[in-house]
Amino acid sequence: MIVDSSSPAPAKNSLLLSSGADLQRTQTPYVTGTSVIAIKYKDGILIAADMGGSYGSTLRYKNVERIKPVGKHSLIGASGEISDFQEILRYLDELILNDSMWDDGNSLGPKEVHNYLTRVMYNRRNKFNPLWNSLILGGVKNGQKYLGTVNMIGVHYEDNHVATGFGNHLARPILREEWNENLTFEEGVKLLEKCMRVLLYRDRSAVNKLQIAKITDEGFTISQPYSLKTQWKFKAFENPTVGAEGSW
Amino acid sequence: MSKAAIEVPPKGGFSFDLCRRNEMLVKKGLNAPSFLKTGTTIVGLVFQDGVILGADTRATEGPIVADKNCEKIHYIAPNIYCCGAGTAADTEAVTDMVSSQLTLHRHHTGRESRVVTALTLLKSHLFSYQGYVSAALVLGGVDFTGPHLHTIYPHGSTDTLPFATMGSGSLAAMAVFESKYREGLTRDEGVQLVAEAISSGIFNDLGSGSNVDICVLTKGHKEYLRNHLQPNPRTYISEKGYSFSKKTEVLLTKITPLRDSIHIIEGGDEMEE
Repeated sequence: MIVDSSSPAPAKNSLLLSSGADLQRTQTPYVTGTSVIAIKYKDGILIAADMGGSYGSTLRYKNVERIKPVGKHSLIGASGEISDFQEILRYLDELILNDSMWDDGNSLGPKEVHNYLTRVMYNRRNKFNPLWNSLILGGVKNGQKYLGTVNMIGVHYEDNHVATGFGNHLARPILREEWNENLTFEEGVKLLEKCMRVLLYRDRSAVNKLQIAKITDEGFTISQPYSLKTQWKFKAFENPTVGAEGSW
Repeated sequence: MSKAAIEVPPKGGFSFDLCRRNEMLVKKGLNAPSFLKTGTTIVGLVFQDGVILGADTRATEGPIVADKNCEKIHYIAPNIYCCGAGTAADTEAVTDMVSSQLTLHRHHTGRESRVVTALTLLKSHLFSYQGYVSAALVLGGVDFTGPHLHTIYPHGSTDTLPFATMGSGSLAAMAVFESKYREGLTRDEGVQLVAEAISSGIFNDLGSGSNVDICVLTKGHKEYLRNHLQPNPRTYISEKGYSFSKKTEVLLTKITPLRDSIHIIEGGDEMEE
């Protein structure tokens, strides 16, 4: 008879449940933000995100800022679990603080911050305790533009235009067609608004209140929240089922 | 009491008798047979004078491209066409069935078929099979009441829309439509927009690819533009052609036709009744 010395008689399951650390693994997201889209333009990076925080299928919070500055050279945009985003901001705050305490005249650029985030996200995923976010990290340092993305399993890459969530399916086809290297600020904003409008029409968790953030060598600005003009008055939407009873 | 009568399933609809057995088999590790899906981009658009339907031409079997140039725009009636996404056999069978039913109906009534007739036949068939007939359709046509465009989902619900997309590439195509559609498009603008939407699906969705098929339906006239755009040509063909292995000795290369030509007898005896 082999006696298991590490646990008393009860079933194997309770051994797993009894240790406190395991109670915090494999999460489900609660308050989530939807897509973020970003492009490189002539002078730097433009990032757009709406201000909605959904609690499941309820649109609970309509004033969530999902784009934040990081250090002197970068902006971070996040979709997914908002509480995990707030935790990531604290990590980044500590990172930037520790870096500036060296007081050596250097500051962390967007590429370095992106790499740090990648390590954090991937390591959490390996412990089966992910931060449930898809992040976009964009910035300019010494004239070099950088735009990258990381998601909750640690997949990371950099590109001229990136998107998270639904933006991958709805915005990226448009960006692939219409992005070019020499977009001016106005053209870039128009392109992002075009994509955000499609997302507003077709993503159920989108809200019509968005912010567009810009970062260049001179610094960053995050716009005041505003809404997009939408077109609902197609004649075909009025009385569509006049001929076809039982249709929608 | 006739026990036999109770065992016969009711007319029409699906018999769910084997579902429990199938679930049990899958749990025991049986790989359910995969079916040929048309991971697809299909779109429809209403313009000034009619309807334009568009589709890609790739048919997939899991991760493999089974058919590089299949036809996803199906004939329903001279004035009604239907794009199909989902299981290829289902879309083909259901559109052929409704097409036959409408032909008989046209003979019976002596009138041109209406789009809502095809719509009702398709939706009631799909509903009675509770979504197991995996056919997602974009039905478009022009009848005497005007141009119509409908989407039909596998469970049998329908939408009536000015522009519609279905299939795995529907989001990529809808992104194009939502940003560029406006009312009162001309024929050429409409064809251009449909081609753009399908191309967006072809290049941004892995389930769609190859060529763009377009069908323009107007009052009393239809234009089936098969392979309207071919943005994925085979760019390199080896000049060497077919090379026999070094061990073969080629004696003679001759092409022999398999069937003798048919002799037509002018004014001959016809078949006796």
